[in-house]
Amino acid sequence: MTSRSETWVLPGGGPRPEPTGLDAPFWAALGEHRLVVQRCSACQAWRFGPEHLCPDCRSFDYSWEEVPPVGVVYSWERVWHPAQPALSTAVPYVVLLVEIPAAGGVRMLGNLVGDPLADVVIGQPVTGVFEDHDSYTLLQWERA
Amino acid sequence: MNPGHTRTLRGRAAVVGIGETEYLRHGQASEPEFVLALRAILTACRDAGIDPGRIDGFTSYSNDRNLPSRLASAIGVDELRYSSMVWGGGGGGVGGAVSNAAMAIATGMADCVVAFRALAQGQFGRFGQVRAGSVGVTDEAAFTLPYGLGSPAQQYAMRFQRWVHDHQGRGLAAQRAVALASYHHAQTNPRAVMNGRPLTGEAYDASRWIVEPWRLYDCCQENDGAAAMILVPAEAAPDMSDAPVFVLGAAQGSDGRFIAPVHNAPRYATANFSTVAPRMWAMAGIGPRDVDCVQSYENFTGGVVMSLVEHGFASAEEVDDMLAFERLIAPGGALPLNTSGGNLAEAYMHGFGLHNEAIRQLRGSSCNQIPGAKVVAVTGGPMVGYVSDVVYGSEDTL
Ligand SMILES: [Zn+2]
Repeated sequence: MTSRSETWVLPGGGPRPEPTGLDAPFWAALGEHRLVVQRCSACQAWRFGPEHLCPDCRSFDYSWEEVPPVGVVYSWERVWHPAQPALSTAVPYVVLLVEIPAAGGVRMLGNLVGDPLADVVIGQPVTGVFEDHDSYTLLQWERA
Repeated sequence: MNPGHTRTLRGRAAVVGIGETEYLRHGQASEPEFVLALRAILTACRDAGIDPGRIDGFTSYSNDRNLPSRLASAIGVDELRYSSMVWGGGGGGVGGAVSNAAMAIATGMADCVVAFRALAQGQFGRFGQVRAGSVGVTDEAAFTLPYGLGSPAQQYAMRFQRWVHDHQGRGLAAQRAVALASYHHAQTNPRAVMNGRPLTGEAYDASRWIVEPWRLYDCCQENDGAAAMILVPAEAAPDMSDAPVFVLGAAQGSDGRFIAPVHNAPRYATANFSTVAPRMWAMAGIGPRDVDCVQSYENFTGGVVMSLVEHGFASAEEVDDMLAFERLIAPGGALPLNTSGGNLAEAYMHGFGLHNEAIRQLRGSSCNQIPGAKVVAVTGGPMVGYVSDVVYGSEDTL
């Protein structure tokens, strides 16, 4: 299943997403354990992160479309030196850059669920895990 | 339009003075940043043999805090005719500051322009620190910081990791050699913060990870200090300097969507010189084979590897051989790199020290002099959203 809230990859207490008028639908959908991606209403191009203007056709019109939280590792890094005080005891941890084939190959960042010292392979399929915090939800990834 | 003028900076402006303060570890400057800027500028004027009152322009980058109007008043210049700022943090704008000065001179906007950078982190805080505590973050930060991706190293490691993957694991040996070369050159440079602190391959290999694929010695230091350079019209230079140095080519900018939100750049695994470097070479009318040495901005060593490939100094296929340590060392290496110690081991003046080192090489006064050096390229700011290049030449390259 893609829903699991009892464990967090990183401890809380650090920066938390604060929705804006542009990206509020994305965060609201994550709270419902759904992944939505912005799509141009004029040329149908997918885009992420959220942007006001379509860089392909310059239309300001867009919608949010639900896609399955399924992706492929595009790049990754293993963090050993935390730049945030709240993460000083959380290292090492892995940040993934995940490509979403169902949304035109847009990429999004998330953490790898599971052993942070296990090998990470670019091209590895991953599945989304919705990680609920008090007032927001993050999208994390585990090996498919 | 004057048909005699082609649209180029080649040979239009000359560097006649350079200067810097003592370089210190971050937070150790005993004077305010503004005073460091003034000292570097006055040192550069002394080097140029000019009265500081003649300065009529200032250029900088990285949102430098020392305003030209304030500097002009403090120095007591006769008149201020020009100033410009290259937007963006880090050192992506370092070459842009120099080329903006050259542009002001070439177009008659000013006659004696200072390009400079000053940094006092004890006074103003360090780079790379992320806000503490459970604060709400918006826009790009909302999609990065909650996942523990925030510092510059964390932002850029992802790009180089993909580059290494795209090139079958190549580039890791090259980035190690880049770090060792900078530290090697710093050992003969009395200005270098890492002078007297050599780095062995064993120490590099044993150093802790900051963020894989980067270890401690792959990452730049942070320093306090200031550096400056005086540019004048090319025709005025021979009377002012025994060894004037000329801007042969310059370029600044970015791939079109290099900082597309949340790491969605179409051309992701690059240092962002794919379009900038060819424009610099085209303006200069030369190429990487014509260069005696290269000063390539190190924020992180993997960025240097990608930069050097994008400038044509090495092919991705042979990168670990072409950027082997022995080849990067002055004076005998095929491609001497960062001959003052660079950002890694001389000082992190957001790359300005690399420019002053280029001038020293062309004057014959480097601590790691390449005999007869005539052309030096300087790259600024790999992997950041706006980057810039300058290639300098001695008088006989005009
Ligand atoms: Zn569109």
